[in-house]
Amino acid sequence: MAAKPKLHYPNGRGRMESVRWVLAAAGVEFDEEFLETKDQLQKLQDGNHLLFQQVPMVEIDGMKLVQTRSILHYIADKHHLFGKDLKERTLIDMYVEGTLDLLELIIMHPFLKPDDQQKEVVNMAQKAIIRYFPVFEKVLRDHGQRFLVGNQLSLADIILLQTILALEEKIPNILSAFPHLQEFTVKISNIPTIKKFLEPGSKKKPPPDDIYVRTVYNLFMP
Amino acid sequence: MAAKPKLYYFDGRGRMEPIRWLLAAAGVEFEEEFLETSKDLEKLRNDGSLMFQQVPMVEIDGMKLVQCRAILNYIAAKYNLYGKDIKERALIDMYVEGVADLNEMYLFWSISPPNEQAAKMTQMKDKIANRYLPAFEKVLKSHGQDYLVGNRLSRADIHLVELLYLVEELDPSLLANFPLLKALKARISNLPTVKKFLQPGSPRKPPMDEKCLAKVKEIFQLK
Repeated sequence: MAAKPKLHYPNGRGRMESVRWVLAAAGVEFDEEFLETKDQLQKLQDGNHLLFQQVPMVEIDGMKLVQTRSILHYIADKHHLFGKDLKERTLIDMYVEGTLDLLELIIMHPFLKPDDQQKEVVNMAQKAIIRYFPVFEKVLRDHGQRFLVGNQLSLADIILLQTILALEEKIPNILSAFPHLQEFTVKISNIPTIKKFLEPGSKKKPPPDDIYVRTVYNLFMP
Repeated sequence: MAAKPKLYYFDGRGRMEPIRWLLAAAGVEFEEEFLETSKDLEKLRNDGSLMFQQVPMVEIDGMKLVQCRAILNYIAAKYNLYGKDIKERALIDMYVEGVADLNEMYLFWSISPPNEQAAKMTQMKDKIANRYLPAFEKVLKSHGQDYLVGNRLSRADIHLVELLYLVEELDPSLLANFPLLKALKARISNLPTVKKFLQPGSPRKPPMDEKCLAKVKEIFQLK
């Protein structure tokens, strides 16, 4: 029986949260080893477990995968979350890449100077409402299907849901002009594996707090 | 007969250059439409041609593809430069993402204020010498093969060699301690399609100069 995948990262969202989402959506149980001290990171680096000396790293199927996108693609491919052919895969890629650009703003937010943080929330909201959400709203409206691509769950749906929920934590009414995205959020959240992930006690991590920010600084600052 | 792919970007490397390299290596001829001013970008946006209002955009096989990774993934898959199975693809992805991180550093360096550039370049050279080149040299050493993955040419080799040319432009001495990488660079450069791309008159773009930087700042309304 195959070992469960093992995630190496601090105990918080960061760049690993998308991986947690996709594994959970695919119904894959996983273990986590939380990085708390610089020594732990050093040990991983010295033991040659990290190709570019960085985390996220996921031990899966005999490999030590690094680089968030490589990890996400591998899991998506393995669990049929990448469309049925190259054209669907490419649409999924475009949607995921756009969404990840938006998610990047959320990931970096806690590490901005306090004075810049409020301004950045405004920037995130504007980008979401003007650049990204209209695209996905139109896609859903035009084909009338539940999922973004090919009438089945894909990486694109999962990453978009993750991003929408993270934005709603900061800007509760961010979907107010997007009825199809509102419906999408409800429907995708209700998929059994995702519903389970959204319940308390799952491996979903809470929003970043001061402890998480401090841990990250201690780990990664020289 | 299929139309040639058409690339929409400014006349410079930026985020489009890896796409030019990959198409060229695959032996695919392409056309380019260069943005000269912010009005050109505005027009593309108003036409509805840019999914997220951004370039690069590549018209290929009836699609208007945006997002570098999506474009590169499509080209690599179409031209069999993406490995033979899911595990090879994972390895290729990891290597390619490492190269992309370094390219990103270079991109931001090239548009950062002059008084910040020296420090940023020092950081970049340190990462090149101590993180990235050793990692790739080690991969080649581990299997002793002519290519990074699966004993045949893949996009990983093309993207890495493009990076090695950039490293050489920045500081040739950085490559000194990496014999296997130097050999890979020579080998890939000798492939007929790559050799052609490396010759004058090809679509390969030169490093950014003052004039190009000014144009880029105007097109994208950067400070």
